[in-house]
Amino acid sequence: MPGRIQSIERAAAILRLLSGRTRRLAVAELAGELGLPKGTVYGILRTLQLVGFVEQDSESGKYQLGPALLHMGSSYLDGNELRTRALNWADGLAARSGESVRIGTLHENQVLIVHHVFRPDDSRQALEVGTLMPSHATALGKALLAHHLYIAAELAADALVSYTAATVTDVHSFRQELEMVAQRGWASELGELFQGSASIAAPIEDRRQVTVGAIGIAGPIERLCDNGRPRAELVNYVMEAARAVSRELGAIPW
Amino acid sequence: MDGRYIASVDQGTASSRCFVFDNGARIVSMAQQEHRQHFPRPGWVEHDPEEIWRHVLSVISVALQKAELSTGDLCALGIANQRETTVLWDRRTGAPVHNAINWQDTRTDRVCRELAREFGQDRFREKTGLPVTTYFSGPKVRWLLDHIPGLRERAENGEVLFGTMDSWLIWNMCGRHVTDVTNASRTLLMNIHTLEWDRDLLDVIGVPAAMLPEIRPSSEVYGETGSPLAGVPVASALGDQHAALVGQTCFEPGEAKCTFGTGSFLVLNTGPRPVVSNSGLLTTLAYKLDSTGAVYGLEGSIANTGALVQWFRDNIGLIGSAPEIETLALTVEDNGGCYFVPAFSGLFAPHWRSDARGVIAGLTSYINKGHLARAVLEATAWQTREVVDAMNADYGSNLSELKVDGGMTADNLLMQFLADVIGVPATRPIVSETVSLGAAYSAGLAVGFWPDIASLKHNWHKAAEWVPKMDPAERDRGYRKWKKAVSRAIDWLDDDDDD
Ligand SMILES: Nc1ncnc2c1ncn2[C@@H]1O[C@H](COP(=O)(O)OP(=O)(O)OP(=O)(O)O)[C@@H](O)[C@H]1O
Ligand SMILES: [Mg+2]
Repeated sequence: MPGRIQSIERAAAILRLLSGRTRRLAVAELAGELGLPKGTVYGILRTLQLVGFVEQDSESGKYQLGPALLHMGSSYLDGNELRTRALNWADGLAARSGESVRIGTLHENQVLIVHHVFRPDDSRQALEVGTLMPSHATALGKALLAHHLYIAAELAADALVSYTAATVTDVHSFRQELEMVAQRGWASELGELFQGSASIAAPIEDRRQVTVGAIGIAGPIERLCDNGRPRAELVNYVMEAARAVSRELGAIPW
Repeated sequence: MDGRYIASVDQGTASSRCFVFDNGARIVSMAQQEHRQHFPRPGWVEHDPEEIWRHVLSVISVALQKAELSTGDLCALGIANQRETTVLWDRRTGAPVHNAINWQDTRTDRVCRELAREFGQDRFREKTGLPVTTYFSGPKVRWLLDHIPGLRERAENGEVLFGTMDSWLIWNMCGRHVTDVTNASRTLLMNIHTLEWDRDLLDVIGVPAAMLPEIRPSSEVYGETGSPLAGVPVASALGDQHAALVGQTCFEPGEAKCTFGTGSFLVLNTGPRPVVSNSGLLTTLAYKLDSTGAVYGLEGSIANTGALVQWFRDNIGLIGSAPEIETLALTVEDNGGCYFVPAFSGLFAPHWRSDARGVIAGLTSYINKGHLARAVLEATAWQTREVVDAMNADYGSNLSELKVDGGMTADNLLMQFLADVIGVPATRPIVSETVSLGAAYSAGLAVGFWPDIASLKHNWHKAAEWVPKMDPAERDRGYRKWKKAVSRAIDWLDDDDDD
């Protein structure tokens, strides 16, 4: 077996850090995280910049993921494929939570609903597959954006349309929330799109650890929350479903 | 009662699966493995029974492992299986004497034509509810006995056994040679009124009684699994379509479901008496659970639906996975006038024409791959429309909705088009793996994991509904074209084609 190529391993480590929690890092920060000399990290960054995998922010001089890489990552999984592979787990989530389930992917800064399972109470409901939802006012959108920080980074100050008094409209607090979402692995939205409704979602990863979609439940706040916080049991169901779908797509169990 | 879960095996045409369910009929774990399909000649389809048995063992272990369960956590194992596929094996060694002949295989065409001439289609229909065609097991057994030297004698001496996949699996699991009524009802060898093997039929088809399994209900403990999964009661066996009817809890006469997989199968519960079809449907056993008597059904069998998508993927290569057919189809607005009749194994219900072969009709230089993808998907919907029409005619009342399930229900474009062309809503239940669920239900009833069928009804919930939107005039034009395309597929084979 040929040996591993050290510089590629290091480049991968850099890309992983940049795709993680903090969207922008300085050379010194990267070097510190990786325990490498600054010169070495700088050399690798230069090459990655040339092929479009990273870019440097002109103001701060920090590095972030570049458009070439992001394009490769986000346009990968077919939504119809995702629906087909996720079918059983989405059904299971609806059965366990008693709420409706949706799977979304990012589509030009919005959430495209690729799958919808009715709330299992046999009431009249209409299929929402193919509809678009605002990404900053849904748990699905937050779960997706938390792992596509470059999109969040590009949000203009007035991009966050207000739907209710609870909608997060301040870009700075929105970015902070996304970082928190990325850290804990799930997102919630409480009355931010429709008054009285809430949603909980978690990201779906494929085998390259790229977030290709998000799965979540939605329903009235009083069913989804306890004392104004998403119920732990429901959060668990959502996370388990997200993990099961990710495993189905070849992600390493975690 | 030990164990908190029920496992079921769905031994299908394309793959074997194992699902573990909890008491609320929710999926706890699953594993799946595809097996090889052998196509030794045009029209021939075979499976390796040993490979299938290995896969079945492996999917059960993997499903348990994934949920960190052991056999001790299971209170029973149920079996659902691809129907009609025929296995012959040596009683002493347990080794198959030949590859299994698959239900889609058409090699018995000549035998079937002879049988129809000698005995008459009507007498087959009267006794079995079925027309004599290549689809069913009896003629496949006959073909093997005719073509493998010395086999007939060994079969007469009881040295060689026949079984459908359920029998083969139960033999390997528990060492018993049994089958369930639903599987037996697909052999052309069982009398559908007495539910016993029929002497006349055995004689005319030429199958020795000594090789046949004992016919049992669909829900009872047949035995316990031996190593390496020792000690689990094997408590149900049903043909996959019958299992799906149970999984959809269609327990009342007039309730129907259609399962969309390799082929698609619309089954209607007709209650305690067999209903004769005048419209090209099959009369079949629905199920025979322990607590009830035999329940009958009418069935519209479509040989090729998902298999066409599979073929488009594997043999044409315009898509990399089955779901991509929808993406490709969505690159165009409509089929551009193109129709695809996938009569790869002839046409089943309601035509029963083994002389048909596939056609693509309406080709012009305008047609691109998107139109072809549309035509591939629409073929499933139009074929379903034909069996819905037949069902409505035979049963004398119209379906007000169609309960759908199976892998193809993941295709949103297809399900919408289906609702459009059948003109009634299509509804999908919260478990679309109804085959596995039905096998689990039947096993669970046998061991008391669920008390009765009424308790199962509560688990059925609507997970999706597609409502017809198409303009009726457009639908009628499309249907007219589809029928024309079908007429062009029929009468393709000539008598000397297989010489
Ligand atoms: N999104 C999709 N669009 C169209 N067809 C699909 C889609 N997903 C799966 N299929 C088709 O559905 C079939 C798989 O469905 P399913 O798993 O229910 O069948 P199956 O159980 O394997 O069939 P069998 O029981 O006969 O083995 C395949 O033939 C595949 O081509
Ligand atoms: Mg199947």
